Amino acid sequence: MSNIKKAFENGKAFIPFITCGDPDLSTTKAAVIAAVENGADLIELGIPFSDPTAEGPVIQNANLRALSNGVTTDRIFSLVKELREEVKIPFVFMTYSNVVFSYGARRFISSCKDIGIDGLILPDLPFEEKGEFLPITSEYGIDLISLIAPTSENRISMIAKEAEGFIYVVSSLGVTGVRSEITTDLPSIIKVIRENTSLPCAIGFGISTPEQAKKMADISDGAIVGSAIIKLLEKYGTDAPEYIGEYVKKMKDALR
Amino acid sequence: MTNSDGRFGIHGGQYIPETLMNAVIELEEAYEHYKNDTEFNKELTELFNDYAGRPSRLYFAKKLTRELGGAKIYLKREDLNHTGAHKINNVLGQALLAKKMGKTRLIAETGAGQHGVATATAAALMGMECVVFMGEEDTKRQALNVYKMKLLGASVEPVKTGTGTLKDAVSEAMREWTKRISDTHYCLGSVMGPHPFPTIVRDFQSVISKEIKEQLKEKEGKLPDIVIACVGGGSNAIGSFYHFIEDESVRLIGCEAAGRGVDTFETAATIATGRLGIFHGMKSYFCQDEFGQIAPVYSISAGLDYPGIGPEHAYLHDIKRAEYVPVTDGEAVNAFEYLSRCEGIIPAIESAHAVAHAMKIAPDMERDKIIVITISGRGDKDCAAIARYRGEDIHE
Repeated sequence: MSNIKKAFENGKAFIPFITCGDPDLSTTKAAVIAAVENGADLIELGIPFSDPTAEGPVIQNANLRALSNGVTTDRIFSLVKELREEVKIPFVFMTYSNVVFSYGARRFISSCKDIGIDGLILPDLPFEEKGEFLPITSEYGIDLISLIAPTSENRISMIAKEAEGFIYVVSSLGVTGVRSEITTDLPSIIKVIRENTSLPCAIGFGISTPEQAKKMADISDGAIVGSAIIKLLEKYGTDAPEYIGEYVKKMKDALR
Repeated sequence: MTNSDGRFGIHGGQYIPETLMNAVIELEEAYEHYKNDTEFNKELTELFNDYAGRPSRLYFAKKLTRELGGAKIYLKREDLNHTGAHKINNVLGQALLAKKMGKTRLIAETGAGQHGVATATAAALMGMECVVFMGEEDTKRQALNVYKMKLLGASVEPVKTGTGTLKDAVSEAMREWTKRISDTHYCLGSVMGPHPFPTIVRDFQSVISKEIKEQLKEKEGKLPDIVIACVGGGSNAIGSFYHFIEDESVRLIGCEAAGRGVDTFETAATIATGRLGIFHGMKSYFCQDEFGQIAPVYSISAGLDYPGIGPEHAYLHDIKRAEYVPVTDGEAVNAFEYLSRCEGIIPAIESAHAVAHAMKIAPDMERDKIIVITISGRGDKDCAAIARYRGEDIHE
């Protein structure tokens, strides 16, 4: 059974996203621990990419800060290994296809297995291209997470039927970033997903407040928050973990 | 050459966010329908001929040939097209297709500004809204083209992220497309990005090689021995090569921008210095570091300043059907000046990369051999930058 399922056994899941190495890896470590201690159910760890085409300005800048501070895939693997000694909840990597491909797909995915990563989210790997990595992720028991977007329409059932781990429902058109309002008809999308899979689904993109998170979790199994957390890192730098802990507590409390 | 799954050998594909998948599927279906539609092709041919001024001339460069003292050199004059470059061929095709699909807004990326100007032109002609994304660095290098786009009614969005060049403009245009899909067509300017773009852009640009073949047959009664074109993403090159791919006696040479040299970090020569990767929707060769981070490439030419190459070129390289050679800034600038003085033709600095390579190989070829160089665009836009390169500051 996929370890990711455990993230959804504690009520509605709260899933924070943290870009590794922003501003440095020891801050990332402290931020992850603070998030876990305050109720995070699964952590999405971003491996920075030079040209993140699915990200809005907040996460783009986090990627640049991390890369300009010299973070690399290898250093992130070491960080996860260290974190695994203290943290048991599921971890997934969020990065771009070239980071995996360029490292060598088998080398990357087998390392994920060794260090205790449970899944992989690649926003530039749609259903049609998942054969690029799926044979290898399956071999090593890493879930390749599928995304479903407001424009997926006739594609939802096809994607849901073959999904693994959980389904990442993209709340809105556009790139990642805080939004004041989410207008997509998510209940109809989730209805089709439910008809095709028993996997949990979590909603991400644009969520920042406890009210939004609760509203999203009411219609799904959890909420994913990225840019709002990255903004804390942008504002507080190495002091951010404390604020991230407080924020995660507030968000998870809204979902209980 | 395209496989059913949008691949050229192992290259190509559709590595894009799920949000865009239905948009590219819709585009592919529309293109499959219209590409063989008589009415569509009639309209496009009229636009090519009456609006863009096609067919472009195939000019025998007598003086250049004599001075270099070897092969006969013909210039395919894409610089004489309306808007001054080959970019208009693709843009008229895509804008017409977008219009048929019911889209009312065009977005585009641009490097040197030629594709941006062409898109703004087509948008004005067809009554569509137009937004062009251009790296901030390039808006400075190509201020005249920024003005032209605005004059044509487009809005120009300077892109400040990354290196502020073509790759960042492509990323930003892709981001914009995910925000607004229903009324918007992304008019991609080169043979790159996710399927079906590399195929669509190639087909619209293939008019270049179709004409070269007919024109040379009329003038010389035979095929050329070598076709040379510059390659960034590679649209004028694939357009120049396409109808010769099956003619194995014709050597196809793509000239990449080596910048300050392929042994420096300031280069944009993808085949010479890159390796296989996945970026901007496609699998192809990219300049990147050991962890797959895309390299901040450099060339004096904003239009060739891109860290990748179109997937069909990557395939032609793999099967050794085409050769790709690096040409430095210095060599390109010399060729820019040389062609201006020798033939009275100021080529775009992009096209000057192709001229530079022809200058290297023509003298050693026999006089009955024929080289065709595609002059992809005119060089007016580059005069200020070349003057600066030579230490002269001019005000436009």
